[in-house]
Amino acid sequence: MKLPGVSEFSWRDVATEARLLLIGIPVFLWTMIPIYHMFLFAISPKEDAFSGKLWPDHPTLHNFEIVFKQQHYFLRDFYVQFWNSVVIAASVGALTLFIATAAAFSISRLKVPGGRMVLNLALFTYFIPAAFLAVPMYRTMGNYGLLNNHWSLILAMVTIASPYAIWVLKQASDKLPVELDEAAVMDGATTLQIFRLVYLPLMMPSLVAIGTYAVLLAWNEYLYAFLLLSNDRELTLPVALGNFLAADDSPWELLMTTGFIYALPPAAVYYAFRRYMVGGLTAGAVKS
Amino acid sequence: MAITLSGDQALPGPPLSSRLTPAQVWGIVLLAPYLLVFLAFVVYPVCYGLWLARAPSNYVALYNDPIFARAAVNTLIFLVIGINIKMLIALFLSGFFAVQRTWIKWLSVIFILPWAVPSIPTILSVRFMLNPEWGMVNHFIFSLTGDDGPNWLNDPTVALSMAIAVHIWKSLPFWTLILITGRLAISHDLFEAAEVDGASWWQKFRFITWPSMQTLYITCTLLSMIWTLGDFNSVYLLTGGGPADLTHVLSTLGIRYLRLDQLSLAMASIVCAMPFVLPLVYFMMKRLSR
Repeated sequence: MKLPGVSEFSWRDVATEARLLLIGIPVFLWTMIPIYHMFLFAISPKEDAFSGKLWPDHPTLHNFEIVFKQQHYFLRDFYVQFWNSVVIAASVGALTLFIATAAAFSISRLKVPGGRMVLNLALFTYFIPAAFLAVPMYRTMGNYGLLNNHWSLILAMVTIASPYAIWVLKQASDKLPVELDEAAVMDGATTLQIFRLVYLPLMMPSLVAIGTYAVLLAWNEYLYAFLLLSNDRELTLPVALGNFLAADDSPWELLMTTGFIYALPPAAVYYAFRRYMVGGLTAGAVKS
Repeated sequence: MAITLSGDQALPGPPLSSRLTPAQVWGIVLLAPYLLVFLAFVVYPVCYGLWLARAPSNYVALYNDPIFARAAVNTLIFLVIGINIKMLIALFLSGFFAVQRTWIKWLSVIFILPWAVPSIPTILSVRFMLNPEWGMVNHFIFSLTGDDGPNWLNDPTVALSMAIAVHIWKSLPFWTLILITGRLAISHDLFEAAEVDGASWWQKFRFITWPSMQTLYITCTLLSMIWTLGDFNSVYLLTGGGPADLTHVLSTLGIRYLRLDQLSLAMASIVCAMPFVLPLVYFMMKRLSR
């Protein structure tokens, strides 16, 4: 505590503060440089962007105008692709929530026979890296005739998101008191009524966390989107961004502008739900 | 704590062991959607993939493909060196972020950004920063030394190191966050007692922090290794596997074979990774499904 008028200066404090800054400043630079670089390109005319300046001579929003008016070959389907990303992310969020909540309720509250085994299978799938499943998944979607159809990506992402969702929701619902269910049964509630009127309201915080997790997972996915979708008007934004690299003289300032627009919604969602994400997800991710 | 809604009152008459209670019927109905997804999109693809990779000739072909050997070595470097560096930094930074300062609190909010934003645009941003002619890094080197900087992504060792750096950039916040929760769970009394006894910071770390955190730390390291095996983006979008296919890792190699229309090789390369993945997965399941 500093008292006014009393000098609290000590070399020891200065040394501690300096040491903290010596860590803090590199951490700040390390974190911000790639993001700042992206932002810098978004507000720079092409000549400035390629000249390696730390701030453009003539900052401009012209790049955003080009993107929003779709005035470039690579951007001719920008709105369609943005919309595809939104629809796919929202569908994955909704479907994952539906499947995982039902499964968690069934395993945790109804003690369905074999529930433990299903949970272990789900956990097993969660740990196998998704990139390893990509090749067989691609062929499978071909066999099902779903390639180049949004459903292929939605179903693939639901498959990837569900195991973790089920596991987290199961952990959360194990913590709800048994007496609630018992009391509801005494009052003559049916199983579905318990699910709807008792279980869902109590699970809300975990459901928000899991819904956000699934939506962000789908929004950010590149590999599956790039394997499963190929028509320009069916692509999601990340694949469209990757396709910028196809040209030798890629318009990097437009690529970075589009990337910046694409990165904003998930960052906003993340910060808005940070409270839930940190509590609900990190605790679930690694239970020591 | 066994919870069953299958109360006897639901069934008139003596309970029949051969009959399911309504609650159990609902249990099966509610579990069915996931089971269907699991069968259609996990079991079937895995079996189909194994069937495609069944011929021994695939494995001979892989063995003779120098790119496969190189990818396996790269993956090992990525996991053994990359992950350990990342986790050590995360352990160190978790101590830094546990210090009570207003500016450190704000920094921790910014520090999460790489984890919160999608990886594609940021990886591409790094890719351009490393561009030998127009990238910011070489402009900076030129203005400092007057010499041209290296051609970063044209040397396999440097390019792979950069892919590892991008991976660390992206996932460091997540692991730091988890280690911070582990650190905050340690009782503060222990540190106060150590302070009274005049312990140095190393002694505090060695005898208080590390013993309380080692299980968490090792779990995190193993989990990060499993997940990093599937890190496709960091390599594919930064180097594209190049130069000359020398920076592939196992997760990008499968896609490379797929693009060359060698589907059975793609599957076989994934099957080859399984002896390393499955023990790790088994270990993690043991730890988490208690």
